[in-house]
Amino acid sequence: MVTFLFYVFAAVAVGGAIGVVISRSPVGSLLSMIATLGSMAAIFVLLEAHFLAAIQIIVYAGAIMVLFLFVIMLLNLGHDYQKDLKVGAFSLVSFATVGAMAYVLSRQLGAADLSDSGPGAAAIDAAIAQHGVVGAIAQPLYTTYVVPFEITGILLLVAIVGALVLAKKNVA
Amino acid sequence: MSGDYLSLLLLFGVSIVNAIGMVVASHILNPRRDTPQKLMPYESGMIPLGTTRARFSVKFYMVAISFIVFDLETIFLIPWAVQMRELGWSAFLAMTMFVIVLAVGLLYEWKKGGLEWD
Amino acid sequence: MEFQPISGIWAIVAMSLKVTGMFTVLMLVVAYTTLAERRVSAWIQDRHGPNRVGPFGLLQPIADGLKSLLKEETVPATASRVFFVLAPMLVLAPALVTFAVIPFAAPLPTPAGVVDMIVADIPIGILYVLAFSSLAVYGVVLGGWASNNKYAFLGALRASAQMVSYEVALGLSLITVLMLAGNVTLTEIVWQQQQLGMWFAFPLSLAFILFVISAFAETNRLPFDMAEAESELITGYHTEYSAMKFSAFMIGEFGHMVTASALMATLFLGGWDLPGTWDNAFWYDGQLIKGFAADGTVVLASPALWKTLATFGGFAAKTGFFLLLFIWIRWTLPRFRYDQVMALGWKVMLPTALAYVMLIGGSILVLDEVGVPWGFSYGAALTAVSTVATVGFVFFLDRGRTITGAAAQYAQKVEVKTISQPASAGD
Repeated sequence: MVTFLFYVFAAVAVGGAIGVVISRSPVGSLLSMIATLGSMAAIFVLLEAHFLAAIQIIVYAGAIMVLFLFVIMLLNLGHDYQKDLKVGAFSLVSFATVGAMAYVLSRQLGAADLSDSGPGAAAIDAAIAQHGVVGAIAQPLYTTYVVPFEITGILLLVAIVGALVLAKKNVA
Repeated sequence: MSGDYLSLLLLFGVSIVNAIGMVVASHILNPRRDTPQKLMPYESGMIPLGTTRARFSVKFYMVAISFIVFDLETIFLIPWAVQMRELGWSAFLAMTMFVIVLAVGLLYEWKKGGLEWD
Repeated sequence: MEFQPISGIWAIVAMSLKVTGMFTVLMLVVAYTTLAERRVSAWIQDRHGPNRVGPFGLLQPIADGLKSLLKEETVPATASRVFFVLAPMLVLAPALVTFAVIPFAAPLPTPAGVVDMIVADIPIGILYVLAFSSLAVYGVVLGGWASNNKYAFLGALRASAQMVSYEVALGLSLITVLMLAGNVTLTEIVWQQQQLGMWFAFPLSLAFILFVISAFAETNRLPFDMAEAESELITGYHTEYSAMKFSAFMIGEFGHMVTASALMATLFLGGWDLPGTWDNAFWYDGQLIKGFAADGTVVLASPALWKTLATFGGFAAKTGFFLLLFIWIRWTLPRFRYDQVMALGWKVMLPTALAYVMLIGGSILVLDEVGVPWGFSYGAALTAVSTVATVGFVFFLDRGRTITGAAAQYAQKVEVKTISQPASAGD
């Protein structure tokens, strides 16, 4: 059942990703991307990563894609965006990069231990049983990784300042 | 994966079939007598002027960026909130610093006029 | 007598029944909320409202549904056809699935085992609601954009910016609830309200107020109906929609309203919990318990059919109260100006919610430090803190307008005006 659902959602995710590239309208690309992100959230659920699945939808599909939507409408690519799409050396570089990444990933995945019965998995199961799926994230996030967490806060501050500086020319 | 997700999946199925079914059923059942006037965009009976695909204000973009930042802040607050009684004062202090950093961001945006809508 | 959760083939039967039952009941409630809105609006305005189709107009929603199914619909020649058809579906489908994680009654004992009265008790609970409410914006924007109509597009833009702005305040006001509940599932939120001995509306009164305001903005209801401000934008993002596609937008909007009402009832008014401890029930270590004895041992619950029915009645009454509030507010408050909506969201709601989260967080840690036991006294202490915060918030927002009385202020202004006027107008 889980394997079957995985293939269904994986197919939707890949189909959505292809849709992003081949869609003629930017809004169509955006909707395809949301379908991809949604299927990825479903795959996260199949992997028992519940909180990650929720964040995937709330942050990526619900917030960042809204920004993309606004940018598409702000720039209003409308109907004359076709000339922006150039096939040339850049595409070749892209394909080469993707190929190299696929090779590295396949090597890494082939060597990695992907079984869900190791000692790490048992520790995670124990943490979830004790604190719930969200609470299990909290324990390491606010103790061991508190410095990266604070740096994230500063990163978000930089994002606000940066956006303001960019938009300032138009915000009177 | 627990059985509860299975019922969610079933519900998604029912909901999507319902949504498509309603639109398709009305498309089959309803009469269509299109005229050029009927198919014009409705602007209170006037002939539409200008283009709809006009660019819009950069302020919407500022709203979207601010939304992402504070949505992320909320996401970071959620794991802390459910475990805050176990985590105690040290995590509270860490969270206070985090919130103050973002409150400074909000204050900066406010003072720079990023929140004004005139 | 030991109660076991339902399992095996009966679990699948129960699951199918719950899914189809919830969906049907939700559609019916949505249909009758549209009737209730028209009848209550009529009542508030001292007129009759729809009362011809069936007794008291009770068959009106069915007549409306049939009518929208059979009416002619138009797709504007300039519209983007695919997205135009897709948008109502994108509004309708998410609006009706959010309800799944809300528990609506006490567990029901059956011969095959105890059935939880919730469609999907998934471990992310409230985050699922947040996820789907964050997706609601796409149907609206797409509808307005695909229509290729200036008014529709303006309505969609306003709606999207407003919805994302208030989503932040909505999420932040939830944080305090999660602090007291200690988990994100709504079953546990109901359970902790039973354990605390009071509904979260009291110890978290300011969060309750912020949540209600945000919920009104999220559902695009008056006083926040900028998206479909009739006097400015015709009907906003669904101006070009007719027949069933228009109905899909309406069902989506009312579906969000019903879900928001049920959510407010669950988070702040105890959900299906009724006063007293007789109906308490929660799965703890595989046992259905009622609570803990003084020495820490569990006290088993005794679910019964009448308890399930009574708690379902309580849940329906609380949800109905909020639905009535939605309709009532519509005829009480005028629409905000758009800059006022955004200013309220970013300059008032967001800082207040942030400060309140830290205030309640600090108070909880202090109460734990002092050693107040989890129970009524704990809740009472938090209620005191929250009441001070709420009174401060209301005074700040009000700035003496309602509390002093508008009539008195108006009288003062008029007085000043007559004094400052020169007496040269005697010609």
